[in-house]
Amino acid sequence: MYRVRQWSVRHARGLNRIYGWLESAFVGLAPLWRAIGHRRLERPVAAVERTVKGILFDCRMCGQCVLSSTGMSCPMNCPKQLRNGPCGGVRENGHCEVIPTMKCVWVLAYEGSQRIPGGVEAMRDTQTAVDQRLQGSSSWLRVVREKTGVQA
Amino acid sequence: MKFEDEPVPGYPLPILPGHVSPGRFERVLRASGFAVTAELAPPDSADPDEVYRRARVFDGYADAINATDGSGANCHMSSLSVCALLTHVGYAPVMQISCRDRNRIAIQGDILGSAAMGVCNILCITGDGVQAGDHPQARPVFDLDSVSLLEIARTLRDEHRFQSGRRISMAPRVLLGAAANPFAAPLDWRPLRLAKKIAAGAQFIQTQYCFDIPRLKLFMTAVEDLGLIDKAYLLVGVGPLRSAKAAEWMRAHVPGLHIPDSVIARLAGAQDQAREGRNLCVELIQEIRAIRGVHGVHVMAYRQEESVAEVIDRSQVLAGRVPWYPARDTVPLRDKALP
Repeated sequence: MYRVRQWSVRHARGLNRIYGWLESAFVGLAPLWRAIGHRRLERPVAAVERTVKGILFDCRMCGQCVLSSTGMSCPMNCPKQLRNGPCGGVRENGHCEVIPTMKCVWVLAYEGSQRIPGGVEAMRDTQTAVDQRLQGSSSWLRVVREKTGVQA
Repeated sequence: MKFEDEPVPGYPLPILPGHVSPGRFERVLRASGFAVTAELAPPDSADPDEVYRRARVFDGYADAINATDGSGANCHMSSLSVCALLTHVGYAPVMQISCRDRNRIAIQGDILGSAAMGVCNILCITGDGVQAGDHPQARPVFDLDSVSLLEIARTLRDEHRFQSGRRISMAPRVLLGAAANPFAAPLDWRPLRLAKKIAAGAQFIQTQYCFDIPRLKLFMTAVEDLGLIDKAYLLVGVGPLRSAKAAEWMRAHVPGLHIPDSVIARLAGAQDQAREGRNLCVELIQEIRAIRGVHGVHVMAYRQEESVAEVIDRSQVLAGRVPWYPARDTVPLRDKALP
């Protein structure tokens, strides 16, 4: 929902902090996830992730979440799915070129990033092209695998 | 400027030490002259002569010719084919690649193919949304964005491999460029976006139309503060406005275009609006030239391409230099001394 998404950007600082805690807790439970098996967990975890992030950020389940580098504004809501900043078509009022009733995802991202410590610097990182194969998969479990070096 | 190693038109120049491409555009930029590029509107036709006719109007005034890639999301002859026609007779085209219509498999193939046909300059852009053009019912692709496209093009050139990691046997020798819009929201973030593009491989930058010098100066100050001056050759976009009405239309319909009210008022108050539009363009070019960190202008004179020569002539930015064009160095028969 557009309204909730805007609320999330306004509360980017708090959400980013909560997100950080939850992430460390989730990564801390890595042995448990490993015991159950990532493959078995994939569907239920993805379903929870889809629901929670869907409500808060209009998450599109790209499977390679960059929310903390984009001021808690999901770049996949950009009609051009740009992951490295706004296109040149942003309107004078900060709205989207393609959907004039919607505020540009990257204008929101810039606002949100200023509320997160180190957020503006994180926006400067180059995001490589999306891996379309990960669409629909859980990026939470992926983070666990990346941080602990476990294979799926 | 005349190069001593000038080849037969259509054949590549030798690559000079420190250069990435065999192109004359890179030579002009690195020779730190003030460069002029012009935008060619690809025809809605399969006739090659239409392309040549459209290129010829820039003869002697443009160092490189941009071939747009479905600009404004309208269907035209493809940028790759326009470039192939142009390089065939020796012109230096800038091939624009937009992310809207093709995925990474097609784009990487086009980069290799264009380099094989003598294209030395590639401009990586996001592209207007399909809603802006004549086929709003089309599927937008956007598999890449301009920054990831730059990264992929640079990987092809410098690491000799596709994004997949598979190696290529000969790398495309191309100068990489990107677009910038210093005039669109969020204004503070635009210089950082430029930094990102330069970090991803952009060596030259062509901007959106500039009608607001104070805003451009603010942008350039921020660019300088980021230490980006002279990290890339920056060409500022300019163009003559035909009338106040045309300017109003462009402002409402061209995505990301910023025209201050004062400009429209000035045109509306003039007797000959088209002439005033050209006067304004000349003044803008002269003001832009004086700004630190600007290396040229990119002239977009949509549907009035024939005015580019006049505008560049009057602004005197070429300072007597005649950019290469196919007939430049051949003396007409009647001027040859009789034996």
